[in-house]
Amino acid sequence: MEIYNNHKILYIAALSLFVGLTLFAAVIPAYEVDQTTVPLPKSQPLSNDATLGKAVFIREGCVACHSQQVRNVDMDKMWGNRPSIAADYARLTRTDVWRNTASLMGSERTGPDLTNIGSRQPSIDWNFLHLYNPRSVVSASVMPAYPWLFEEKEYPYPEDIVVNVPDEFKKGVTGKIVATADARHLVAFLQSLKQVDLPDGKPVPIFLNTNAASAKAEPAGTTSKLNTELDGKALYAQNCQACHQENGQGLVGAFPPLKDSKVVADQNPEVHFTIIMNGYNGRVSEGYGVMPPVGTNNNLKPEEIAAIMNYERTSWGNKGRKVTVTEIKEMFNKTKTAKTSK
Amino acid sequence: MKKFYTLTILCLGTLPVFAQDKETGGSVLTNPGVMITIILILLPLLFVVYLVTVKISRLTKTIRQSKIKVDAKQLASDLHEVSSEELLLEVAKRKQALNFSLSDHELTGNLKPEDTKGMINNPVSVDSPRFFASKKKYVKRPEIDPALTKLILWYLGTATFYLVLGTTVGEYLGIKFSAPDIDHVPWLSFGRLRPVHTNMVFWGWSSLAMIGLGYYVVPIVSNTPLASIKRGWYGLVLINAAVILGTYSLMAGVNNGGGEYREYIWPIMLLFALGLGVTLLNYLQTIAKRKTKEIYLSNWYIVSAVMFTIVIALVGYLPFWQNGLGETIAQGYYMHQAVGMWFMLFNLGLIYYFLPQQLNTPIYSYSLGILAFWSQILFYTLIGSHHFIFSAIPWWLQTVAIIGSMGMLIPVAAGTTNFLMTFRSSWHKIGSSYTLPFYLVGIIFYFTGSYQGTAEAFRTSNLYWHFTDFTVAHSHITMYGIIAFMLWAGIYTLVPRLTNKEPRQGLVGAHFWLAFLGILFYAVPLMIGATLKGQLWIDGKPFIDGVVLMAPYWLWRAIGGSLMWFSHLIFAYNLYTMVHKKQEADLKTAVFEELKKIPDTSNI
Repeated sequence: MEIYNNHKILYIAALSLFVGLTLFAAVIPAYEVDQTTVPLPKSQPLSNDATLGKAVFIREGCVACHSQQVRNVDMDKMWGNRPSIAADYARLTRTDVWRNTASLMGSERTGPDLTNIGSRQPSIDWNFLHLYNPRSVVSASVMPAYPWLFEEKEYPYPEDIVVNVPDEFKKGVTGKIVATADARHLVAFLQSLKQVDLPDGKPVPIFLNTNAASAKAEPAGTTSKLNTELDGKALYAQNCQACHQENGQGLVGAFPPLKDSKVVADQNPEVHFTIIMNGYNGRVSEGYGVMPPVGTNNNLKPEEIAAIMNYERTSWGNKGRKVTVTEIKEMFNKTKTAKTSK
Repeated sequence: MKKFYTLTILCLGTLPVFAQDKETGGSVLTNPGVMITIILILLPLLFVVYLVTVKISRLTKTIRQSKIKVDAKQLASDLHEVSSEELLLEVAKRKQALNFSLSDHELTGNLKPEDTKGMINNPVSVDSPRFFASKKKYVKRPEIDPALTKLILWYLGTATFYLVLGTTVGEYLGIKFSAPDIDHVPWLSFGRLRPVHTNMVFWGWSSLAMIGLGYYVVPIVSNTPLASIKRGWYGLVLINAAVILGTYSLMAGVNNGGGEYREYIWPIMLLFALGLGVTLLNYLQTIAKRKTKEIYLSNWYIVSAVMFTIVIALVGYLPFWQNGLGETIAQGYYMHQAVGMWFMLFNLGLIYYFLPQQLNTPIYSYSLGILAFWSQILFYTLIGSHHFIFSAIPWWLQTVAIIGSMGMLIPVAAGTTNFLMTFRSSWHKIGSSYTLPFYLVGIIFYFTGSYQGTAEAFRTSNLYWHFTDFTVAHSHITMYGIIAFMLWAGIYTLVPRLTNKEPRQGLVGAHFWLAFLGILFYAVPLMIGATLKGQLWIDGKPFIDGVVLMAPYWLWRAIGGSLMWFSHLIFAYNLYTMVHKKQEADLKTAVFEELKKIPDTSNI
């Protein structure tokens, strides 16, 4: 055959096949998505600070460990309220003449997904502490520390953000630790990462129930007790532990302890519940950070809230009364109607 | 090899133990991806079972034979007891007949042997006790143009420099998983160093080594000198410049936006692409003036790899389809084609020359090589999006990618069959060669690593493995197990021919075993840990639980990585001795040198 002996025919044939398939599987679909998707009506462009913060995020290579995509499978529910869709990324364009678009979808989850981190972890104080040294708030973390996003000042200005780092992570720093512009921008960017609601009436894409095996096993394998009572410890770890810590003692100067807390031990669970759902800023004067409305942000169900509350009420030596799901449901519905009537 | 089997058995032993701890353990094992991986691990084990069966059947044979011996003894003593004169005479006569043998001089007479035509070459005698089996020396080849030799050695030398530096960075990154506070220097932080490592071993080590070996293979299978040595130097400078500038800019925090292997910004990647451009021109012009009628298979693969990679770089870096999710689709295509169409295709081309040459036998089937070539282009081009299964990119594109990944069964089976069948009836040569073990490991990982890729692409396996360290293990099995081993095979084959100097065989062995055990210690624990972590995620456990779970596996990875890293130091030293070693005084060579000076008397 001629193709064995004529290098022109051979290489042109191979190249044509390759380029043809490339157009089919990469260039044309990419171009189509590029041209046709538009941003969601409720999405906002990044603020100036957040744009600068995204540059820091790119510079430090955070995408190596943090993805920004919620897949349409059950197990990704913890990262967002709905699966990501193409429109979520439609605002992203080329960074500048030197650098490509940074969709930052990532391919590894050595660290958590950040699609909805602005809602999942809205505490600014936590974010600064975590950036200065992640192990100061999450002892098992393997994330790098970013002390170069902070500076040391003997006498900070009133407008400076002073970070109350626990002593063991200060390493010879005697003055106050103050967040630089880079750190403030980066946190602004992280805070801006929130899933946007779809326009009213548009069907929300569903999470595929891929966990068929365990779903089937549940009725047979679990007792009725387990069915009604969720694992409070795991839910606490997921939603509360980053600030209040595994031992419930919080961090001095940043997050108040739940151990021996009056609110947690209270016979009447209403305050405890309200703080979880609406947040709290009553102890800022004591140096504690503002508590975000974790329950609302993370879309916790009444059963989950009850499980968390009961875990907090009965752990670390706390001897509070256990709450019932019905009790919580009642309060839950009340807050909901209060919100919608507003 | 024994160590390898014990290790596999150990790993198999641990896998079910861990799996049974979990309530839903059964579902992990019935996952098709997991099953394929287990089968891949089982294959060598089945081979051991086969070997044991053979041994046992031999043993039974020996036992049966010993019984026959006993019977024979009995018969002989019986004969003795019933002996009569006549019988004895018969027996003596028969014995004499049986004892007849030739005198060995029937044909030759009594003349002394003489090698008048110089047929016996390179006799070797051993005069010291041997702790390691001594391997065959390289076979001298016709002289290569010294200018080309110098060019190739520079390619290989700079490649080795990036191997040592790039894996030092990699090793440090591995340590950071166990000691995250080891330093607080921005330029050395994980996020910046990770792309430094990946890009340096990609564009520095593997690419430079491949192109360097290509500069030998392309002209030699075309039976013609290289078109332009000068252009070869331009390519070398351009690619080196790209890697050095790229590394500097990544450490300084300037990157393209975070797409894997696409971290160098375009002005830097342009240098690399230009380097590929001059290389392509050089290879093509050499092939155009070839003295053979056919184009040998190696040149199909090598030239296509260079052509395709230029296309891949254009698709990855041109801005016209990169907004929004378009960037992700381009990224999936780019990162996977860069691996499979650049490194794999080029290396297959090298193997199609070096392997038959080392085994001194033609390639088993030319047609299988051609089948693998076209089917690789057909299927591999489609599979990029399998890095984004369940993501927001179009569902049909994900499905196409999964089908393409399954299609890869064809070229991989064709390629592996071809290489292993070329090995047939030459298996005994492996023991006496210091290059062939590298080829064999490369080929086995080619089979295992590629099929693992197919297994990972399924939607069900994605649930367990996507986003976990399984990906990291897979990319090391392929880029290291396949590509690096094949490159070492080529380098150990080629450099002694260029320089007439050999490395110390013990050190080549040390390099081989450290690298081989290192990659197993690296990859197997990561795969086990990642599967367990995936299961935790599916069960909806808190994220930090997965981090805590991985700690011991990350430690094992660092240990395996240390072995690999140490083997690279040995390799670098081996390359040094192959290039710069002072010739050891050798009696034989010296005598032949002296003999050359005596005028040839045969014409008188």
